[in-house]
Amino acid sequence: MRDPGTRWRSLLYQALVLAALLALLFWLAHNTREQMQARSIHSGFDFLLDRAGFDIGESLIPYNADAAYWRAFAVGLGNTVCVALPGVLLATLLGTAIGLGRLARNVLLRALCGVYVELLRNIPLLLQLLFWYLLSTRILPDVAAPVQLGPLELSKAGLSFIQTPGATAADAVDRAGGFAPSLSPEYLALLFGLVTYTASYIAEVVRAGIASVPAGQREAAQALGLGARQVLRLVTLPQALRLIVPPLTNQYLNLIKNSSLAVAIGYPDLVSISNTALNQSGRALECMAVIVAVYLSLSLLTALTMGLANRRAALRAR
Amino acid sequence: MPKSFIPFLTAIALLASLLGATPAFAGKTLDAIKARGQLVCGVSTGVPGFSAADSSGTWTGMDVDICRAIAAATLGDADKVKYVPLVSQARFSALQSGEVDLLSRNTTFTLTRDASLGLSQTAVVYYDGQGFLVPVKSKIRSARQLKGLTVCVQAGTTTEKNLTDFSKSQNLNIKPVVFEKIEAAEGAYFSGRCAAYSTDASGLASTRNKVAKNPADHQILPELISKEPLGPMVRRGDEDWTAVVKWTVYGLLEAEENGITAANVDTLKANSKDPVVARLLGTGDDTGKLLGLDKDWLARAIKVTGNYGEIFERNVGPHSALQLPRGLNNLWNKGGIQYAPPLR
Repeated sequence: MRDPGTRWRSLLYQALVLAALLALLFWLAHNTREQMQARSIHSGFDFLLDRAGFDIGESLIPYNADAAYWRAFAVGLGNTVCVALPGVLLATLLGTAIGLGRLARNVLLRALCGVYVELLRNIPLLLQLLFWYLLSTRILPDVAAPVQLGPLELSKAGLSFIQTPGATAADAVDRAGGFAPSLSPEYLALLFGLVTYTASYIAEVVRAGIASVPAGQREAAQALGLGARQVLRLVTLPQALRLIVPPLTNQYLNLIKNSSLAVAIGYPDLVSISNTALNQSGRALECMAVIVAVYLSLSLLTALTMGLANRRAALRAR
Repeated sequence: MPKSFIPFLTAIALLASLLGATPAFAGKTLDAIKARGQLVCGVSTGVPGFSAADSSGTWTGMDVDICRAIAAATLGDADKVKYVPLVSQARFSALQSGEVDLLSRNTTFTLTRDASLGLSQTAVVYYDGQGFLVPVKSKIRSARQLKGLTVCVQAGTTTEKNLTDFSKSQNLNIKPVVFEKIEAAEGAYFSGRCAAYSTDASGLASTRNKVAKNPADHQILPELISKEPLGPMVRRGDEDWTAVVKWTVYGLLEAEENGITAANVDTLKANSKDPVVARLLGTGDDTGKLLGLDKDWLARAIKVTGNYGEIFERNVGPHSALQLPRGLNNLWNKGGIQYAPPLR
């Protein structure tokens, strides 16, 4: 038991540090503002309500050049989520499969999964994205002569539903009110690159988690007569999950942040659209602040969700 | 870290420099350059004909020649220039923060840039307009045929907005695919991802010449959809420095108008009885004094880079690799619109 004096003193120190931090932040903001005014650089977030005036290639929500800047940012956020969410799901599935493959008894399967992990996680992601993108735009057939895959067609314009003969792409866009149900090669390359890259890390996380479950647990389950699948589902995975979830959260956060590499391959994600907004409006600091705020919120939201998942997976003492 | 963080870094640099709370730059830029013995010039990351480094690291191009002329005028040595290659999103921040003295980087003059960025526009070095590059085999012969098609562009320029305006006014529904780096935008176009590539017409000529396997397979469409007056920009608040930059460009134009070239500048300086020529070359009235320079400032610049016409011919003209016609950039008395106020 600490005496009340120590407690008050430590509270006082914390309050002082907090005050100093706030003062520093205030000074930073104030000085920046003053200096920018002195150099007649316009500042402030009022530009978010101004007309953006630029088009965006693909968008989830209705958008045109007459919309305000905040709406352009919203389009960017939507596009980022649109690649991050499926990315997280697919990377988890692929990563788990490969992680399990690395523990398989089949030597060939184990080796193949090992090669996959070492190859993918040791090449910079930017390089991989550029590779997939250039590959897709080089090898895919021209828009005029797409490959048909069931109800879908694949070409340099991306993956889309086959349109009725005679109708041009422009007509279809007009009919759908500016929204054509198709996936661009930029989106596909980004999603593919992010999923395959992140899966190589997730595979290691899964492998490590499963390997950490003592062999005795598995053997005991087998001795009880459980089949291989039952052992995995009822005994190994629940215990492994406790170790898997926290590092998995890191990988999810990485994937979300890595999606900003979209600018390199022409996918209009939040960073790409902010770049354009920054240039059109000249509000560099403000646009950067928007990017920071959005990624921070996305990451905190993910961390929160995974925290809940972690609590469910955690060991419950009974 | 990835290139996408360049604007972020420049924002930090801007913030850091602003926090430095140095007094306003007014009147100080020229003094700082003289004290440093070096002009710091912001240029592009590689637009042949305007600013591009060759394999030995030597920068050439029209924008580079402007930097060299200004260095010759202010420092007496055209080689005392440090070139800072800037991507388009970073260029204004670099100038605002004082990282460069001068932005000579095929930059369009617009109201927004003049009025809200704390920067000043000087003299127009190249009158350009935005156009489209398409493959000859695509059968597209007019920009109006681009309805519903994709167009590759680079981010962080006036290009995107012009494209949107054009698409809207002509009801074309053009879909932009926006890349951060010019190389990526060009790469996507040449691999067939986009029906057209769009930027300033001079840039299209540069790209076609630099990247295309066979330049004759690609053609620049006849329509120019915007006005793009390109020229050097400086920080606002130092009118003395603005004047030096502006009048160096005007001086090079005046030199062409009066027949002064790199080859004959010394002879004319020694012998010419023409009062206009004498004033330009510093043997008559002292124009340099008014700018904070010496008498020979313009003669030195002309000696190094030649007059405006020579700069144009050497870097982008009909006999250079880019083969751009002189067009609008001819002198006002030869059918163009390049008209310099008188140096007197």
